[in-house]
Amino acid sequence: MTNIKMTVNGKSVSGEVPDETLLSEFLRENLRLTGTHVGCDTSQCGACVVHVNGKALKACTTLAASLEGAEVTTIEGLANGGELHPMQQAFNDNHGLQCGFCTPGMIMTSVDMVNRYKAEGKELTEEAIRDELEGNICRCTGYHNIVKSVEDAAAKM
Amino acid sequence: MYPTKYHKAASIDDAVAALNAGEDAKLLAGGQTLIAAMKQHLAAPSDLIDVRAIDGMSGVSADGDTLVIGAATTHAEVAGNADVQRLCPALAALAGGIGDPAVRYAGTIGGSIANNDPSADYPAGLLALGATIVTNTREIAADDFFEGLFTTALEDGEIITSVRVNAPKRAAYIKFRQPASLFALVGVFVADGAGGVRVAVTGAGEDGVFRHAGLEEALSADWASSAADSVSVDSDGLLSDIHGSAAYRANLIKVLTKRAVEAS
Ligand SMILES: Cc1cc2nc3c(=O)[nH]c(=O)nc-3n(C[C@H](O)[C@H](O)[C@H](O)COP(=O)(O)OP(=O)(O)OC[C@H]3O[C@@H](n4cnc5c(N)ncnc54)[C@H](O)[C@@H]3O)c2cc1C
Ligand code: FES
Ligand code: FES
Repeated sequence: MTNIKMTVNGKSVSGEVPDETLLSEFLRENLRLTGTHVGCDTSQCGACVVHVNGKALKACTTLAASLEGAEVTTIEGLANGGELHPMQQAFNDNHGLQCGFCTPGMIMTSVDMVNRYKAEGKELTEEAIRDELEGNICRCTGYHNIVKSVEDAAAKM
Repeated sequence: MYPTKYHKAASIDDAVAALNAGEDAKLLAGGQTLIAAMKQHLAAPSDLIDVRAIDGMSGVSADGDTLVIGAATTHAEVAGNADVQRLCPALAALAGGIGDPAVRYAGTIGGSIANNDPSADYPAGLLALGATIVTNTREIAADDFFEGLFTTALEDGEIITSVRVNAPKRAAYIKFRQPASLFALVGVFVADGAGGVRVAVTGAGEDGVFRHAGLEEALSADWASSAADSVSVDSDGLLSDIHGSAAYRANLIKVLTKRAVEAS
């Protein structure tokens, strides 16, 4: 067992968990932050993506015990009070989701993507968006509206 | 996952001691292979020794024409590093094409080559570039390091600390992606450097990454994509699976070699 302390969505949290606990399990089961979804056993679907120290990681392939002192942001931490993050708003406006299962991971991946492209001063083309979403699988939308949502949000972020 | 004990190593000595103390201890870097395997009960180490916090294990430095890449440097760091982009853009591009962004933020060069997946990208790059793999006990030439399917020259308890690469005159990597796994269905890295012309192929060999003598000979004589035309690529010893037959892979090796030379 390890006693871990980290900051999740700006709040400091701690818990005594078995060392094999995945970050996705810690978030969902210990903290009851069930917005982070788990869609596969193979680290391939991206439903579980959260930000750790500012980078998009698969929570299902990260040990909670390795994140002592880390800053974690989940989908629950993105909105500013009642005001949705521009990426959340864009998914809403552009019908970027249907069942919504993949959406938390899509949004966390997309926020990281837009921030990274802006920081590097690179143009985020449609092709680049599709390439960057390689690790996020959606069974419903066919992706077109997700790409539109990201383009829309990128213009507003 | 089966129970395990997590240990964040503070130094190489600490990691070696923890490896020896554990019943079936394993090193952990980005976890993009090991944790994925543990989730599927394909691996059940008693202890995980995390090497990422060890001083000097990550980051890139350049000394003249030589790049030294720490074993725990992530794929994203290699792809974005200015020295790698300047001295060996083909290697930066290779790293930037591994998996997806989340895999690149976590996965490391040391973890990738220690694992030596027959479809992984780095083995092809390091073999073609004639890289040197530096461990806590010795230096190993890439030619001697990659021994076979998921097999390397690493001894029990040996830890990769860095990888050394000399800038080639020209090089390129072209990967034909297997779209579900994102790994290479076939990938070819061509390099023209101090060690002559080297062509390394991943994703195709039954024994993992290999060099192709015929293509190397043809490109040494003439660094042009047309030089590959007269080379016959044998399908003996090549993988065959639902994604592609051995003959299909043999053809891809030639096609990708030509594209790589054009891109170099
Ligand atoms: C969805 C997905 C897509 C992927 N796509 C690709 C792809 O397209 N191309 C590709 O090449 N790879 C791909 N990978 C694999 C990825 O590149 C992994 O990062 C890499 O294979 C392992 O690196 P790691 O740092 O995560 O190692 P870990 O998983 O932590 O460890 C892997 C192995 O290496 C050992 N090890 C780690 N560090 C050291 C060290 N310093 N010295 C000695 N042994 C060590 C560990 O004990 C373990 O046996 C993909 C993975 C996923 C999940
Ligand atoms: S749940 Fe993490 S990648 Fe599928
Ligand atoms: S909206 Fe249903 S999986 Fe993407």
